[in-house]
Amino acid sequence: MLDLVAAQFPPVLWTLIVIVAKIVVIILPLLVVMAYLVYAERKVIGSMHLRKGPNVVGPLGLLQPFADGVKLFFKETVLPTSANRGIYLFAPMITFIVALVVWAVIPFGDGLVLADINVGILYVFAVSSLGVYGVVMAGWASNSRYAFLGALRSAAQMVSYEVSIGLILVSVLVTAGSLNLSAIVRAQEEMWFVLPHLPLFVLFIASGLAETNRSPFDLPECESELVAGYNVEYSAMPFALFYLGEYINMLVVGAMTSVLFLGGWLAPFGWTFLPGPVWFFAKVCLVMFIFIWVRATFPRYRYDQLMRLGWKVFLPFSLIWVVLTAGTLTALGRLPGQG
Amino acid sequence: MSTALIFYLFAGLTVASGAMVVSARNPVHSVLWLILCFFNTAGLFLLLGAEFLAMVLVIVYVGAVAVLFLFVVMMLDVNRAELRAGFLHYLPLGGLVGAVLLGELVAVAFAWRPSESAEGLTRAPQPDPMQVTNTQALGHLLYTDYIFLFQTAGLILLVAMIGAILLTHRRRGGVRRQVIADQIARSPRSVELRKVQSGRGI
Repeated sequence: MLDLVAAQFPPVLWTLIVIVAKIVVIILPLLVVMAYLVYAERKVIGSMHLRKGPNVVGPLGLLQPFADGVKLFFKETVLPTSANRGIYLFAPMITFIVALVVWAVIPFGDGLVLADINVGILYVFAVSSLGVYGVVMAGWASNSRYAFLGALRSAAQMVSYEVSIGLILVSVLVTAGSLNLSAIVRAQEEMWFVLPHLPLFVLFIASGLAETNRSPFDLPECESELVAGYNVEYSAMPFALFYLGEYINMLVVGAMTSVLFLGGWLAPFGWTFLPGPVWFFAKVCLVMFIFIWVRATFPRYRYDQLMRLGWKVFLPFSLIWVVLTAGTLTALGRLPGQG
Repeated sequence: MSTALIFYLFAGLTVASGAMVVSARNPVHSVLWLILCFFNTAGLFLLLGAEFLAMVLVIVYVGAVAVLFLFVVMMLDVNRAELRAGFLHYLPLGGLVGAVLLGELVAVAFAWRPSESAEGLTRAPQPDPMQVTNTQALGHLLYTDYIFLFQTAGLILLVAMIGAILLTHRRRGGVRRQVIADQIARSPRSVELRKVQSGRGI
């Protein structure tokens, strides 16, 4: 059936159609999951605060994310008169696009990946390091002091925590012996990396919180001192794009944590009665729950303490861990290329 | 055919954004054009099959170096009228320097020939790119074949970094600093911990 349809198109066009179809199949569920992540966050934090959370729109408030979306869609887009128009409108697009582009290399199951490239982990690292531009450009182009201060803080924070994330990745990929994300998952068939690398797992989650500007590291959008940080001047759809980008970035960190430490699509305890993608989704949900839990539990860090934590605690620790990992693997003769 | 088209797209955009870097009026726009230029160069690397270099270019230059550029340039209060002043005054000297540089570049471009052995290497690269990924090949070259040179380069950079910090760092008096170790070592009696039951409050 599909072959018959394929025969109607020239081969180049058909490949293009297949790729676009795959992208749609990834992005549509992603946006729905993201919408319900916002709902889940409000519900979970609500129950931790002994409140009810959203419960009015639809049964159990399940239609709340769509009501919010429609509201944002119909509001007026306000352009500040002193803003640098082009960059002002370009910044939210960058945040959103960068957040989506990462998903090209994330393996949802065995072989279920859009682009199975050799340098997958570097690709994720490269693309996620671009997220800072959306924030910085937004802060600068708004031409407002609050937004600018928020952007400066965020740039410093994201650059600092990227360094320790990079070193954490080095430890993991030395253990796995590959830069390909699917190969990293397959290397965890004996044992998930969360067991030998437990401290790194904690570090990665904390750095992920800082990288996505989540509480307790949400200084860029600290509403008590900066009103809302870099996105003060944004309204309606541009604001919605920032919001979407931020939550999709959370999901990216969740997906990366499950690929690097929790065995991706592999079933725990040999429970293979559920297919791989379901396990993958369950692991992402677990990490998201930790993110929300942290937000409901911890107070916000002070800015200098945040910088100290990144440079003086996380960075030396992950560096020492790289040396330890490499040394242990050499001693055991399990370094990739050795045995 | 399509590869050639993509090559010309990337190459054209690289040159165009490079030209915009020097001709843009706003310095922040210049940095943003520079970032676009880096991106297209990464695309050219990808077309060559050097995926590791492409990713490292994006991580290092776009993800770190350009962020610092943007950081500094954003905070500069550039007075454009002041920058323009004296343009004609400096034109002859600047033009002369530019002309000499251009002449040298043209001379190099016409006199340059790749060596015989290099041509052989490009025809049959070692190790065979069909057998090893280029990340592995680069790693083998840097960390096994030329480990001492590589380590020396690293050591020089480390010394330069420490030197730069030492030269610019100064301790000012009268600044209250947080000493985390002191805070942690404080006697437990100064803080009262209470177990709060869920749903009750204190």
